[in-house]
Amino acid sequence: MNAPMKLIFAVLAALCLAHPAFAKEAAPLAEDPVVEKRMIEISEELRCLVCQNESLAGSQADLAKDLREEVRGLIKSGKSDEEVKDFLVSRYGDFVLYRPQVKPVTYALWAGPFVLLLIGIVVLISFLRKRSKQVEETPLSEADKKRAEALLKEGQS
Amino acid sequence: MNKFTLPLIAFVALVALLAVGLNLNPREVPSPLIGKPTPDFKVPQLHNPDATFSPKEMEGKVWLLNVWASWCVSCREEHPVIVEYAKKGLLPPVVGLNYKDKRDDGLRWLARFGDPYLLSAFDADGRVGIDYGVYGVPESYLIDKAGVIRFKQIGPITPAVMENKILPLVKELNQ
Repeated sequence: MNAPMKLIFAVLAALCLAHPAFAKEAAPLAEDPVVEKRMIEISEELRCLVCQNESLAGSQADLAKDLREEVRGLIKSGKSDEEVKDFLVSRYGDFVLYRPQVKPVTYALWAGPFVLLLIGIVVLISFLRKRSKQVEETPLSEADKKRAEALLKEGQS
Repeated sequence: MNKFTLPLIAFVALVALLAVGLNLNPREVPSPLIGKPTPDFKVPQLHNPDATFSPKEMEGKVWLLNVWASWCVSCREEHPVIVEYAKKGLLPPVVGLNYKDKRDDGLRWLARFGDPYLLSAFDADGRVGIDYGVYGVPESYLIDKAGVIRFKQIGPITPAVMENKILPLVKELNQ
């Protein structure tokens, strides 16, 4: 190998070695996959208050990152899923829960659609009953029958 | 009764409901902390890293905790209002909470825009913010003599909020 070739190889080798330094540093993987899985399960049920249509699991907002870290810490300290959610509700209110709790203030929320459906069904049934009373059976007269038969025959030919 | 009366009433009710819903600000989430004691904390002060601040030190006083940061745009809108009212002597002691900021940036910001605070607590990692349910700076908490949170303002304090909500409540709490 001549000198210029050696130099080229040396430069290439150096570039290969240096390459990882150019790459953006990867986000640290969770040390504990079990904790991470539970953290994601819990935070998918929680709203990020900064980007309100994103879950805490999916949001890239700074606050969401902090809160995920907080949730990780709570899980590691042995808190149950419910306790973790209560921790966040006590600070940010019921609004953080995508699935509202069933309690007196939320009865209307949970039952409302079914009540409306029930009202709809009742109105529909009473309307149909009223209408079926209005539509009286009127038997065809002989003349009408003949006309109808004539029309049908006309259609066939 | 005309057969259109009922559907019309239902329609108007629906429109009214939607109109109210549209005019609500979804960013203003009622804080569960109203009526609760202030979460305790102890963090260094912004100006003096060796000294600390804890809300316990304010017991017996009505005071305002104002969360701010040098990176926060709406804080610039709010800050002159606080400075002005503090200058007039209308405000109770105001403690700043410098939230997720760099010390130098925070100090420079106060030097530039004025410092109406009794002191600023320095919440570098946002832990105190989490305990107070902070999610959009600026936020402010009015705390009574017993250390109970009585009012929370999410977003900048405008002169209207100051006149209509904060000052009357301060007066009431000071009696």
